[in-house]
Amino acid sequence: MKNKVFPDFDSAVADMTDGMTFMSPGFGNVGLARNLLAAVHRLGVKDLTGISNNAGSMDDRVDVGTLIEARQVKKMICAFTAPTHPSQITPFVQMYNDDELDAELVPQGTLAERMRAAAAGIGAFYTPASVGTELAEGKEHREINGRTYVLEYPLPADFALIRAYRADTFGNLQFRLTQRNFNPVMAMAADITVVEVEDSIVEPGEIDPDCVHVPGIYVDRLVKIPEDGLWD
Amino acid sequence: MTTADKPRLSRQTMCDRLAMEFQDGWIVNLGVGMPTLCSNYLESEPDLEIIFHSENGVIGFGPLAPAGEEDRHLVNAGGQNVVALPGMAIVHHADSFGIIRKGMVDVTVMGAYEVAQNGDFANWRIPVRKGGGIGGAMDLAACAKRVFIAMEHNQRNGAPRVLKQCSLPITAPGVVKLLATDLGLFEITEDGFVLREHAPGWSPEDIQEQTEAELIIADDLREIRVRPA
Repeated sequence: MKNKVFPDFDSAVADMTDGMTFMSPGFGNVGLARNLLAAVHRLGVKDLTGISNNAGSMDDRVDVGTLIEARQVKKMICAFTAPTHPSQITPFVQMYNDDELDAELVPQGTLAERMRAAAAGIGAFYTPASVGTELAEGKEHREINGRTYVLEYPLPADFALIRAYRADTFGNLQFRLTQRNFNPVMAMAADITVVEVEDSIVEPGEIDPDCVHVPGIYVDRLVKIPEDGLWD
Repeated sequence: MTTADKPRLSRQTMCDRLAMEFQDGWIVNLGVGMPTLCSNYLESEPDLEIIFHSENGVIGFGPLAPAGEEDRHLVNAGGQNVVALPGMAIVHHADSFGIIRKGMVDVTVMGAYEVAQNGDFANWRIPVRKGGGIGGAMDLAACAKRVFIAMEHNQRNGAPRVLKQCSLPITAPGVVKLLATDLGLFEITEDGFVLREHAPGWSPEDIQEQTEAELIIADDLREIRVRPA
């Protein structure tokens, strides 16, 4: 069996190149792969397109905003392109308003479902979210059983940078509580799925097959977070 | 004292009034900020079983975690640590919004910048900056069974937020069912925009003065209730 366990974060993302698209999970500062984002930051690749719920927070911790501030990102696809509070001027908000960065604003459920479509081989889907708003302008509309929907397309990626709680060496993943958030759909949607693991990487068979959240066939690389790594 | 200076309802009262409408067994999604105050009301109604849903895929969570008892993996939509309740379940983000789009959420309570008399509301974009903060608001607004809004009645400069038509880009058309402001409770019906309950000391004329929307005064208009009759 192919060995998916990598010795460190840098080697796990070393083949990421300029212009690639990456997915970064996380919600409410839980379940994002801070160590892998730090490795992409060290790698210095540029012109990336990022797919994430938001485009970084106000604090000093490593997140998508770290790559944006380092000018490694040319475009963000996310559910927040303006601050939730006027005082929260993140590097992303500043650069976006200065036209130094492009962004596509997507309703959060549509964002997640576009990833699932990519993960599930669906060509496109109709959703009622955003109908009647300016986000639906120019999109194909269709009435189905008396309700109006807009057509939305899949959202694939080259890399997904995933945070899991536990894994086996085959790549089967488990998440804890709301750490799960976007992690499964991103892990399944991307071409190359890299996972940083909090608790342990165990031998195949140690995770009950009924309790696997993401099957290992979707997972390419695993790195155990060391004690002195980035945690919350 | 001019009309505008009269005492207004507190945010907690506004949210208590909306939470009074929650029915036993409802699945409820509370927006970040003021709407989370709705959960305080439930402490006084221990027999009312509400299932709280949050965008990040947690179904049936409890109140905010006391200091020292936080689980670093368990947060609500605002990123606040909450406690697990027996029977709680976790799904991933796409399934969480499947729950929303299927119409399983009985009510979503959100904040807003503007509400219009036709039930449109705006809460994601202000013209000062590029872009907006949608989060899950458009999915929830389009698909929840009911949309309740908790919002201050006027802008800081006194301009009305309750309008004939929204001036800001809307979040969803014609979906608002109930609006609580610091001046009262309003229901959007087939007949129009109905003032049902008023803040103490505020007459319908006082409230109309602060409102661009055309108010229909309910036949049974009364002072705001804060507990069920």
